[in-house]
Amino acid sequence: MQATESTPLLAIPEPGLMKRFWNFLLYSRVLWAWVFLAPTLIALLVVAGRPLFGTFWLSFTDASLLALDEAQFVGFSNYTTVLSDPDWWTAVWNTVVFSVVSVGLETLFGLGIALVLNSTFPGRGLLRAAVLIPWAVPTVVSAKMWTWMFNDIYGVVNHILVLLGVLEQPVAWLANPSTTMAALIFVDVWKTTPFMALLILAGLQMVPKDVYEAAKLDCDSRLKTFFSITLPLIKPTISIAVIFRSLDALRIFDLVYVMAGTTKGTATMSVYARQRLMEFQEFGSGSAASVLIFLIIGFFTVGYLWLIRPSQRES
Amino acid sequence: MRQLRNFLLAGVLGLVAGVGASAHADAAKKITVSCGSNGIERDLCIEGTNEWSKKTGQRVEILSTPNDSNERLGLYQQLLSAGSADVDLYQIDVVWPGILASHLLDLTPHLSEKEISEHVAGALNSNKADGKVVALPWFMDGGVLYYRADLLKKYGQKVPQTWEEMGKVAKLILEKEHAAGNAELWGFVYQGRAYEGLTCNALEWVASTGGGTIVDDKGAVTINNPQAAKAIGLVASWVGKKGSITPEGVLSYSEEEARGIFQSGKSIFMRNWPYAWALLNSKDSAVKGKVVMTSLPSGTAGGPRAATLGGWSLGVSKYTKNPKEAVDLAKFLTGFEQQKMRAIKGSFNPTRVALYSDAEVLKANPHLKELKQVFLSAVPRPAGPTKTKYNRLSAEFWNSVHAVLSQAETAESSLKKLEARLAKTSNGGKW
Amino acid sequence: MKNRFEKVVFYAIVTVIIFYAVFPFYWAIVTSLKSGSSLFNVQLFPTNPSLRNYIELFSEESFIQSLVNSVVVSGLTVILSLIIALLSSFSLARVRFRGRALILMTILSVSMFPQIAVLSGMFELIRYLNLYNSLAGLTFCYLCLVLPFTVWVLRGFLQALPKELEEAAILDGCGPLKMLWKVFLPLAKPAIATTGLLAFIAAWNEFLFALTFTLSSDKRTVPVAIAMLSGSSQYELPWGHIMAASVVVTLPLVLLVLICQRQIVSGLTSGAVKG
Repeated sequence: MQATESTPLLAIPEPGLMKRFWNFLLYSRVLWAWVFLAPTLIALLVVAGRPLFGTFWLSFTDASLLALDEAQFVGFSNYTTVLSDPDWWTAVWNTVVFSVVSVGLETLFGLGIALVLNSTFPGRGLLRAAVLIPWAVPTVVSAKMWTWMFNDIYGVVNHILVLLGVLEQPVAWLANPSTTMAALIFVDVWKTTPFMALLILAGLQMVPKDVYEAAKLDCDSRLKTFFSITLPLIKPTISIAVIFRSLDALRIFDLVYVMAGTTKGTATMSVYARQRLMEFQEFGSGSAASVLIFLIIGFFTVGYLWLIRPSQRES
Repeated sequence: MRQLRNFLLAGVLGLVAGVGASAHADAAKKITVSCGSNGIERDLCIEGTNEWSKKTGQRVEILSTPNDSNERLGLYQQLLSAGSADVDLYQIDVVWPGILASHLLDLTPHLSEKEISEHVAGALNSNKADGKVVALPWFMDGGVLYYRADLLKKYGQKVPQTWEEMGKVAKLILEKEHAAGNAELWGFVYQGRAYEGLTCNALEWVASTGGGTIVDDKGAVTINNPQAAKAIGLVASWVGKKGSITPEGVLSYSEEEARGIFQSGKSIFMRNWPYAWALLNSKDSAVKGKVVMTSLPSGTAGGPRAATLGGWSLGVSKYTKNPKEAVDLAKFLTGFEQQKMRAIKGSFNPTRVALYSDAEVLKANPHLKELKQVFLSAVPRPAGPTKTKYNRLSAEFWNSVHAVLSQAETAESSLKKLEARLAKTSNGGKW
Repeated sequence: MKNRFEKVVFYAIVTVIIFYAVFPFYWAIVTSLKSGSSLFNVQLFPTNPSLRNYIELFSEESFIQSLVNSVVVSGLTVILSLIIALLSSFSLARVRFRGRALILMTILSVSMFPQIAVLSGMFELIRYLNLYNSLAGLTFCYLCLVLPFTVWVLRGFLQALPKELEEAAILDGCGPLKMLWKVFLPLAKPAIATTGLLAFIAAWNEFLFALTFTLSSDKRTVPVAIAMLSGSSQYELPWGHIMAASVVVTLPLVLLVLICQRQIVSGLTSGAVKG
């Protein structure tokens, strides 16, 4: 860390000139910042802007597959339709339960796995590759695979659990809402923990090693080192991982759709929206549901960011 | 970019072919057909369209679509709502004509009375929207009952004629088999997952008990009646833990799960589509030679039988650039010879009545003899009267039935609620 | 690893992790070696393994083409998104300016819409731009899919790097581009490798866009190709084939991780900070 020690170099004479120089740099840096930002903003504006605007617009019309050209402006009636539909609220509740539990577990497991991967031991390269596998299997396939594995009669999950003596009788996991939800969460945790683990591992890798050396000199216990040094340093990484996992979990679709169909007991917000958009051809109310999903997720995200704000400012 | 590429390509072709020959190359038009997934469907489609190409000199391109019909509908919906001319001919499910009608060509002017009458009436009628034929039936399906002839014989039971009888036979055999140590045996499996398949199953229970078809021909909601409640209630009463007739897991079964259980010898009865027949009798099947396929039971002694009509048709996109050729190809593929070839090589059940007494077809598919009656009287789902809202109705229906099967609600109360919801959705039966 | 007990616990944890992560994949392999009725029997070890499913899978030319397409699309998506995201995340992490928070939120908000909702609009756009049924069009959409993620993650990591680095670079007369390239890039290597890997997998596994924005089988990606596998009828699920295909699809990614190994673990741990 020679860079840290070289700071005194900044103390250069002629403060007036220096200040102007800094101002200039600062000014040009802002300029550069916008130039650097331009490709991202343009790409997102072009690719996402139009479709997102389209969804907003459709949500205020009575468009359907049959009458796309004759779509009429209908005000908020699509929103009242969705909001007064008890199925929608069930879907919201299902989604929230699913997201909170699965993201929570994923964060815990992800952190644990990342810590294991971060320590030196023979074969950790292989372990790293192995851990990634669940994330690498396409969701559509892994959902079908788990449906097969969770089958009450020829599924391997029951087979193993009975073999191990955990269960006396095979359980029909996907037959009722509560065990289905548990199964969905189990699969989601299986599938996306690698995402968490890998991101947190990257965070751990970027923690300078000399920080640990210092802690070792202070004879801190490892647990204390973890809580007082490691955790604060990787907190920003964890928050970002949590945000993106939550965004995905709140929009979960394929897994639920493949494993549980559109059963009300487990249908999520996206399943609800997809049903209206694609199966019922109600582009209006489907779009309204999508906008509501957007608002709910936005609300969650802003709330979460606000919650973790102080700790971010520190860093 | 594509234009530039086409332009360059055209230039190069022009140079190679010479000016004189170019007029000929222009004549061949390209028709794109969506006909099922990869595998046998694609192979037979290629075989059929090649023949047509040879005959007419036009080019055909085959488009594969996902095996899952919901994904397929989603894809079609995107293409059609964008007015895309990329696909000329769509293979559509028998319940989609109402949904897609406004994007499909009216084929009525291209069909003679005779051509229409050659198809199984139910299959053809399902392809009508507002009195117009918008798609031509290509192959069809109907629900059937599979049973373990060996087990029935062992306990001296006759083939059940009513649902109630079936429950009793199943119960009796189960008790004895369980006592004999065949602990993994169940009585009856079917498609009980919350999806279209459950609508097909439940419609059979209800229609065969005289409970109607959810919605009548005029669009009036008829589902809330005692017969319907009785039918659904009976099947639901079989579901339960070990010792019951139907495993709880049925609530998550689609076709393949049910077949998997039946094929490994773990169920006495199964409701499924005819596709399972060949697989149940394959070399490594545990029930090979022990299975009989027959029509589903009735709700009352001597009463009606019901098999839900399934199947696929060919519709011509309104946005096609070559309507004449596309219609011609649709008629060719759904014609006698093509359906015969597909029945023989791929066991696709024909929609043409005459093929059910064709010697070659019957030789390749002996079971079609039995199926003829099932298919001729197959019950269409109420997609016609509910028009664009069929999927809506179906989802409401399967959710209600699912709730009864999972013992969350009684059949009576569930159907009553369903009626109220459907009345709202249908705008008082107007749909 | 101070004492034996700790070691035992540690390896027990490692074993549990491996079992949890790998068992379903092992199960997929076992299933892919079976066919016919044996698919419905639970056997923890295949009794009659056969490579038939794999042979049949690869005898289909379009499957190999789909693999190539997936590699091209995901590869391009990762390269483009990393370049674009590095630039913008650098701005967002290291420069204070008005509207920064707003831009961050706007970028994130793109990821808040359910994919299904933007499908129609995106479909029209792709057709309008004449990119329908092309790998370029698909790459374009995936870019938008992964950009919010890459920008945010890279920004997080770049922000964590010490400020002194930058000041030193400025004194050395580095322009912003050079600073990013020479100073930040080497330090953020594990972050970039990880982000790239995760973005690659996201693009590799995406299904809905791939299904809707491509049409002919020579343009389709692997998840779509798997969805198109069918048995002898519409109802039969070719389970053996599907499992074989998913094993085939997953292996390249595992290899990718093994290759990227070095990049994922380097950075500050190896003392790369040079003033």
